[in-house]
Amino acid sequence: MNAKPAESATDRVAYVNARLLDPASGLDAPGALLTEGREIADLGPALFADGVPEGIAVIDCEGHCLAPGLVDMRAHLREPGAEHKETLATASHAAAAGGVTSIVCMPNTDPVIDQIALIEFIARRARETSVVKIYPAAAITRGLGGEELTEMAMLLEAGAVAFTDADRAVADSRVMLRALSYARAFDALIMQHPEDAMLTRGGDMNDGELATRLGLTGIPNAAEPIIIERDLRLLAMTGGRYHVAHLSTADAVAVVRGAKDRGLNVTCAVAPHHFALNDTAADDYRTFAKVSPPLRAEDDRRAMVDGLASGTIDVICSDHAPHDQDSKRLPFAQAANGIVGLETMLPLALEMVHNGDVALLDLLRAMTVTPANLIGLPAGRLAAGAPADLVLFDLDRPWRIDANALRSKSKNSPFDGRPVQGRVLRTVVRGNTVFEFDAQG
Amino acid sequence: METSARANPFPHRHLLGIAGLSPGEITYLLDLSDSYVDVSRRSEKKQTVLRGRTVINLFFENSTRTRASFEIAGKRLGGDVVSMQAATSSIRKGETLLDTAMTLNALHPDVLVVRHPESGAVNLLSEKVNCAVINAGDGRHEHPTQALVDALTIRRRRGKLQGQIVAICGDILHSRVARSNIYLLNTMGARVRLVAPPTLLPTAVERLGAEVYHDMRAGLADCDAVMMLRLQTERMQGRFVPSTREYFHLFGLDEEKLRVAKPDALIMHPGPMNRGVEIDSQLADDITRSVILDQVELGVAVRMACLDVLSRNLPGGDDPKVVAT
Repeated sequence: MNAKPAESATDRVAYVNARLLDPASGLDAPGALLTEGREIADLGPALFADGVPEGIAVIDCEGHCLAPGLVDMRAHLREPGAEHKETLATASHAAAAGGVTSIVCMPNTDPVIDQIALIEFIARRARETSVVKIYPAAAITRGLGGEELTEMAMLLEAGAVAFTDADRAVADSRVMLRALSYARAFDALIMQHPEDAMLTRGGDMNDGELATRLGLTGIPNAAEPIIIERDLRLLAMTGGRYHVAHLSTADAVAVVRGAKDRGLNVTCAVAPHHFALNDTAADDYRTFAKVSPPLRAEDDRRAMVDGLASGTIDVICSDHAPHDQDSKRLPFAQAANGIVGLETMLPLALEMVHNGDVALLDLLRAMTVTPANLIGLPAGRLAAGAPADLVLFDLDRPWRIDANALRSKSKNSPFDGRPVQGRVLRTVVRGNTVFEFDAQG
Repeated sequence: METSARANPFPHRHLLGIAGLSPGEITYLLDLSDSYVDVSRRSEKKQTVLRGRTVINLFFENSTRTRASFEIAGKRLGGDVVSMQAATSSIRKGETLLDTAMTLNALHPDVLVVRHPESGAVNLLSEKVNCAVINAGDGRHEHPTQALVDALTIRRRRGKLQGQIVAICGDILHSRVARSNIYLLNTMGARVRLVAPPTLLPTAVERLGAEVYHDMRAGLADCDAVMMLRLQTERMQGRFVPSTREYFHLFGLDEEKLRVAKPDALIMHPGPMNRGVEIDSQLADDITRSVILDQVELGVAVRMACLDVLSRNLPGGDDPKVVAT
C-alpha cells in the first residue's frame, strides 16, 4: 500500500481479465481497462484482446469485479477537533480498505466547517495526509446553530460539495425555507439529517417494546417523516435540490416515494446499519448499536432493502461515525451515537445482492455514479477520461468482520464477528493502488 | 459428568433483574425471605452467613429506605457493610462509572449493591467487577428486590401469587418497580393490570404481559392488590400530566375508587409516598388495608435472602457452581 503515491502522468496500467462493472453505462462484461496517469484511458471487452503492449504494467484481475471506486456522501471524519477518534489520514486508509475512493466529510468538527478557512484546511490536510479523495460538506447554518445561513456561494467556490448541518436537522422552518431558497441560486445540494429535535430530545433508541424493556427513552418513527414532509413542502415552494441524508423508517421511504412521484427534486440515502440491522442489535445495552437515527424495527429494515431495490432510495452512504472506547463504554443513555462504516459498507451492501434482493449494478450505482452526480464529481464511472478511481473486489469471498482489524482509529462496529461475503482486493485512486488485500492477513 | 449432590437453586452470579428468573428461582428467594422475616423479629437477629464478607452499597442516586434496608440486611447476616453515596464520592469529581467500578473492585468486596440513575448502568458495572452485584434500581430498567418485596407481601397476605389480580397504578413510564413487578407477577402466574394516563405508559408495555387501563374504576375492578406508584418528577422532561390536582382527581387512590376492588384488596406503595397526589392520606394509614409498612419490614428480609444466596455462589461459598447471569 502506498501511503504517499507517486504521481507520474505517464504511468499506464492495464487491468486485464476483469469483470467490468459500470452502473453509469450498464456495462457488466468481461474485459480490460487501461489507466493512464490519473485517468481511465480506455476500457471494454475487446481491449487488449491481442495482449497488452510493452511498457504497460499489467494487473490480472483473475475474473473479479472491477468497478468505479465507491463515493461515500456522508462520513464524520473528526478532524479537526477530535483527532483521538479519527483523522483524515486514518479515515482514508479505512476508506481505501473498504473500496471507497471519494469521501464527503461532515462539518460537525471543532471548529465547525462553516467558513472558507476550514474548507481550505480540509483540502490541505487531505492533500498532505489522505490516500483517497476527501471533499468537505459545509454547514447550512453557522456553528450548526440552526439560525444564520453560512456564506454558501463563497464556500462552494472554495470547494464545498454540499451543505448540511451534519447530525442535526435544521429545526426552524423559516431557516430551512431560506436555505433551500438561497441554495437554489447556485444549484447547491442541501442535505438534511431528518429528525424532529423535540421528538428526539432525550431519546436513546427506537421507540418500542425493547426500549420499554430496557427502560430507555424511545425515539418515535414519526420524528423522521415529520421533518421530511415539512422540507418537501418547502421544496415545492423553492425548487432546488434536497437530499435526505439517511432514512431509517418505512414511513420516510413512502414519503420520499410520493414526493418523487409528484416530480419533486428529492433524493435520499441509507446507511448500511439501517438495512443490515434492526433495533434488537441494541439489546443488552450494546452501545455500539447506538446511532442517530436509531436502528428501527425489522419492518423498517426491510423497507430500506425494498427502497434500494425499487430505486426509491438513491444512495448508500457509510455515515461513518468513529468514537473511542470512552465515548461508548458508558451507560446507554450517556454513550455517543455512531457506527464506523467505511470499511464494512461494501460487504454489508453485497448481502443484498447475495440474498437476491438488489441487482449488483443497481447496488453499485447507489455507491458510485449517483452520489458522484449529486455532489458534482466526475468520478463514479468507468469511462475514458474519468478519474482512475477503481475498486477491484471478489464478489463471493467469505470472511468475518473483525472490529479490531479495522483501519479506522475507532473500532465502534456492531458488526464485529458478522460473516459477510465479498472482499475488496484492490483500491486505486488517481491511477495508484492505495490498498491491496493481503490474503495472508 | 460432574457429580452434584443437588442442583444450585439460584445459579446466578448477580441479581440484575427479574427478567430471566424462573418461577422456581423466585419461589426459592421468597421462601428464604420468609425465614428471614422470623429472624428479623427476634431480639437476637445476628447471623453468620456473611461473616468475613464485605458488602459495599454504592448509591449513585439518593435513597433512604432501600439503602438502609440493604445496610441492615447485610449487618444482620454478619457482614461488614460500607455505604457510599454519590454526593460524597468521586463520581461527582468526574470519574467514570467504570473507573469507579474498577476502584471498588480493588477493595475486594464480596457483594456490590448498586443503584444508578441510568438504565443499564448496573449491568455495565457488573461486567467489570469480580464480586456479586445486586441491582438496587437502575434508571427505569429494573428494581428486582422491590418486586420480590411486593411479591412476598402479597403472598404472605393472600397465601399465593397464582391468579392474583394486581393493579399497578400511576407513573409506569418512569418506573423500574413497575417493570420488575410485571416480569415477576407474570412469571408467577398473577394477572397484571396497569392503570395510568397514556402519557405515563411506555410504548408497547402490554407486550410485557399486562392489561392496560386509563380509568381507575375499570382497572381496579375486582383486583386483589393495588400498587400505587409516585410521579417521578425528577425523571421527567417537561410535564406528562397537566397538574397534580387533575392527576389525583383521575388516578389518586381514594375510598371511592377503591370500592370496586375486592373488599380486602391490599393497598401497596414502594415509597416514598406523596400523600394527596397518588394516594389519599387516610387510606395510606388504614391499617386494615394498607400494607405499606409491611413492605418496608419485608424489605430487609428479602435483601437478606438475596445477599445470602449470592454469597453462597461466591468462591469459598457453599454453592460455587454458577452459570453466567
